[in-house]
Amino acid sequence: MTEIFGVPTQALFGQLLIGLINGAFYAMLSLGLAVIFGLLNIINFTHGALYMMGAFCAWFLLQYLGVGYWWALLLAPLAIGAFGVIIERTMLARLYKLDHLYGLLLTFGLALIIQGLFRNQFGSSGLPYQMPDVLSGGLNLGFMFLPKYRAWVIVASLAICLSTWYVIERTKLGAYLRAGTENPALVQAFGINVPRMITLTYGFGVALAAFAGVMAAPIYQVNPLMGADLIIVVFAVVVIGGMGSILGSIITGFGLGVIEGLTKVFYPEASNTVIFVIMVIVLILRPAGLFGRER
Amino acid sequence: MTMPVSIAALPSRVAANGFALGSAAMVLLLAVAPFIGVYPVFLMKALCFALFACAFNLLLGFGGLLSFGHAMFLGTAGYLAAHAAKVWGFPPELAILTGTAASAALGVVVGGLAIRRQGIYFAMITLAIAQMVYFFYLQTPFTHGEDGIQSVPRGKLLGVLDLTNTLTMYYVVLAIFFGAFLLIYRTVHSPFGQVLKAIRENEPRAISLGYNADRYKLLAFVLSAALSGLAGATKAIVFQLASLTDVYWTMSGEVVLMTLLGGMGTIFGPVVGAFVIIGLENYLAGFGEWVTVITGAIFVVCVLAFRRGIVGELAAWWAKRK
Repeated sequence: MTEIFGVPTQALFGQLLIGLINGAFYAMLSLGLAVIFGLLNIINFTHGALYMMGAFCAWFLLQYLGVGYWWALLLAPLAIGAFGVIIERTMLARLYKLDHLYGLLLTFGLALIIQGLFRNQFGSSGLPYQMPDVLSGGLNLGFMFLPKYRAWVIVASLAICLSTWYVIERTKLGAYLRAGTENPALVQAFGINVPRMITLTYGFGVALAAFAGVMAAPIYQVNPLMGADLIIVVFAVVVIGGMGSILGSIITGFGLGVIEGLTKVFYPEASNTVIFVIMVIVLILRPAGLFGRER
Repeated sequence: MTMPVSIAALPSRVAANGFALGSAAMVLLLAVAPFIGVYPVFLMKALCFALFACAFNLLLGFGGLLSFGHAMFLGTAGYLAAHAAKVWGFPPELAILTGTAASAALGVVVGGLAIRRQGIYFAMITLAIAQMVYFFYLQTPFTHGEDGIQSVPRGKLLGVLDLTNTLTMYYVVLAIFFGAFLLIYRTVHSPFGQVLKAIRENEPRAISLGYNADRYKLLAFVLSAALSGLAGATKAIVFQLASLTDVYWTMSGEVVLMTLLGGMGTIFGPVVGAFVIIGLENYLAGFGEWVTVITGAIFVVCVLAFRRGIVGELAAWWAKRK
């Protein structure tokens, strides 16, 4: 068996792959947080709970309606996104004139409610979700074994992240969005319905979280607390990357996932904390974040 | 510009009288509470959390800094005090001091990092560092992981007062709480507290007036961390236990809730909030996860409709009535 730095290559590439998968989720979730923060100035603490709801939505669809993975990938983000729109219209919309911290507190409360309700209903052990037949099994690449589903997760999340980047940075709709981030009053004066744009942006960010949730369902078990600890790591990712740049969020997400994976190989004791340690180092060297700017 | 001064001077004297009256009534009520049928163990728990919430409020209510990781100070002091009392055989007063000092030291490090960013980032950074601290305690051997440090001896305070007696323990806790409470009141109304408020209201202006905003913020952070530590260390001695619950992020959320519900930026608010929440948790203990749901619902209601909190709303109602 071949080895690199005393570590078998099989284990090394295996952990790299897991790192990339985790990175894909960090990227999708931090991207949603960044998009929401850009326009609403709210850090969406509910994001982890909504990610969990996405996974549960897929599970429901399969269990009770017989609707499979591919449809769930479309329907769950729509359903949870609509739920997000309701949250924004009924609650968040009242807070825009107040200190941003209230948005954080409100979404934290919502996350507790959602997670508590799901735990009451489903307990804290996970529910299995069957992955689609097309994606089960794997490919032998010679130097490692690549499960098809994991390859799909990386490709699909990259595609969704990059199309989000394209829409925001390269289309007219995205231009409105970026203008709204800079100066909402002026954009409104040009006759663009900014409140509706804000609502739809929140809905989109939430849908992105739900999409990530559906993708996660076959890998991790569907569990009421699957988003609770993840969201804190994603916060650290956001602090490291800074929220100014879409591409920055994507790169930071994947990069940190890989670093975390490598830490599992070389120094497993630190694998839980490595992202937080990196956050501390970034704060010392570059307080605004790697891709951020002070605002 | 003379008007605002005279207007400001009058209510502050009324407020000072109100504080003296209020705190005297509070201590009296707490002193007799065990004799009118309130369970002392419940009271001690509520008092530890009241102190924790007051320390947190010093930072949020008066400094405008929302830390979402204050559990790390509660938990750190708890572990250190428990370890000192059980393994090193420290007397309780030294064990509590050890815990408090550890939290203050952690406060210097964390505060120094977190004040590099503001607002929402401050909250996220403190939360993330607290999670790191949690993982540290989960893995390091001296905390005994999931079991926690159990059967910590209460010992004899200053070699005289036997703390195994519940009532003695209770009055010691009450004394610690009230001492810290007065210290917080004094801090808020000192020149230091006034500068802190100025920084909260308008940081660039405070800086332009020559105040080193970062130093004031850091000092407030360390003081808040130390007092949270005092609460955690006392709690560990009272319940003879230091566990992971006290460092987990849910605990950080809980102290935010107590402060928000009681009234941010009010002196008595966090005390009221702590008693209500601990009472509620006691009452709902058998209902499992519904506690989380109700906690979340209180958050939502407070933010949407009730931002001044119980004490804040009462004060506003009182002011309007006059």
